[in-house]
Amino acid sequence: MNREDFPILESGIVYFDNGATTLKPKCVIDSMVDYYTNYPSNAHRGDYKISLKASSEYELAREKLKDFINAETKEEIVFTSGSTESLNMIVNGYFKYFLKENDEVLITKAEHASNILPWYELENEIGIKVNYIPLTKDHTISLENVKNSITDKTKVISIAHISNVIGDVRPLKEIISYAHEKGILVVVDAAQSVGHINVDVKDLDIDFMAMSAHKMCGPTGIGALYAKYDLLDKIKPYKYGGGMNVAFTDPKNIQYMDLPTKLEAGTQNIAGVIGFGKAIDYINEIGIDNIEEYTDNLKKYLVDRLKEINNINIYNENIEGSTLTFNIDKVFAQDTAIYLDKYNICVRSGEHCAKKLDDELGIKNTVRVSLYFYNNKEDIDKLVDALKNDKILEESIGI
Amino acid sequence: MDNNLKRTIILENYEKPFHKGLTNDESYIKGNKNSQTCIDNFDIQLKVNNNIIEDIRFDGEACAIATSSMSISISKLIGKTIEEALNIIENYEKMINEEEYDKDLLEELIVYEDIYKQPSRKKCATLGIEGIKDLIKNAK
Repeated sequence: MNREDFPILESGIVYFDNGATTLKPKCVIDSMVDYYTNYPSNAHRGDYKISLKASSEYELAREKLKDFINAETKEEIVFTSGSTESLNMIVNGYFKYFLKENDEVLITKAEHASNILPWYELENEIGIKVNYIPLTKDHTISLENVKNSITDKTKVISIAHISNVIGDVRPLKEIISYAHEKGILVVVDAAQSVGHINVDVKDLDIDFMAMSAHKMCGPTGIGALYAKYDLLDKIKPYKYGGGMNVAFTDPKNIQYMDLPTKLEAGTQNIAGVIGFGKAIDYINEIGIDNIEEYTDNLKKYLVDRLKEINNINIYNENIEGSTLTFNIDKVFAQDTAIYLDKYNICVRSGEHCAKKLDDELGIKNTVRVSLYFYNNKEDIDKLVDALKNDKILEESIGI
Repeated sequence: MDNNLKRTIILENYEKPFHKGLTNDESYIKGNKNSQTCIDNFDIQLKVNNNIIEDIRFDGEACAIATSSMSISISKLIGKTIEEALNIIENYEKMINEEEYDKDLLEELIVYEDIYKQPSRKKCATLGIEGIKDLIKNAK
């Protein structure tokens, strides 16, 4: 649906790499061009009209995001360069100062690198212990497995809301409720969920959350960090400079601004924030529940049609959600992707930044199709037609 | 060589690669070559005796172009002196980079003579042989 809003689709490409980044609708592109064309000034700095407009649009986007994820106040939203920066700020700005040697962090082997490496580095630095919640045979998380993984040293659970390879929606509400009973904080990597399914931080009782605009029709290089106010207020800034200080005279006399500004040093990605705000408006117009229902149905169609192919292995057909991971027998995942590109079909091949998942899947490289609302049955038919070919490998060589 | 024959040679070497599987023999020197930009990853073993390449083995996961070129390179380089091997590799690099090269020296490796037309795959066609070259230089 809404295909006409995406200029790139006029080129005839079939875009199935939405887990990596989504396409951008014209309204988002226009909002950024409008900023650069008509009020390209700094925010929070000037006393003149175009700067005041930049400031108000910037803060309006924060307000929109607050409503979109149902945060308590807009001060709980900090703009970052994306989920990766948000997760790094959570680990290095908060947990580095509140965890002690031998404290345990629970993650899974299906996490994205950005939710594994910061914790590994913290293990190297201060001696925390990174442990894994075992996945079920469908490669998902069960509350049972979470409960069995918790010890009296567990202080944090850090997991994606939706995993980027398997695509399962984790039972966050149950996990968080149980974790809080045990005094455990929960960090949520929501890169694949915000803008795809309804995310309500209050209902889920999320402590910390990371998100990216570009995975929900927004621009690249912008995202946000959400945390409950008291937790967010304890995050130590790792960037100091303009915009985040009130006054300073010497190292003993520095006053920083309140949240959220104290965590947004330097001139921000103003065009990005404005584009992010527009992407939220756009998704609200379509309706997040409509998006979820549409992509769930499309995934079912995708699975049904792909099953017509004899030599295909699908790794997550029973999982609801918009991601499907597969291989064609005897064809290396990257060769399949290169072959499909000849038909202007864009898919992802490889490990999908989840390099620990090999241990669980028993297979290293896969092809991933990740759907969004502008995909349609015709896209899927084109994919299936292309894959119904016993010369995929031969044609992928390109000689 | 016509394209059908090239494709056949590439596919044969991808599906049944020459000397795939590592040995526990300690007299081999070992190395790893992986691509930082894609998912190709090779472990390579080399045995040199009296300046002659006695054996090369490999293992790992890689695309059809990378695997087949590794396989063909191995079959081409075994039995050569280090100097002969480095000369073949140098000519292969020249072919990939569209420079003047000695076609007769490369034999089957010329199946990749047109790979420059797909710039993103030049790396696939050179990953294995570059890994072998690193090991040969270590052995010298």
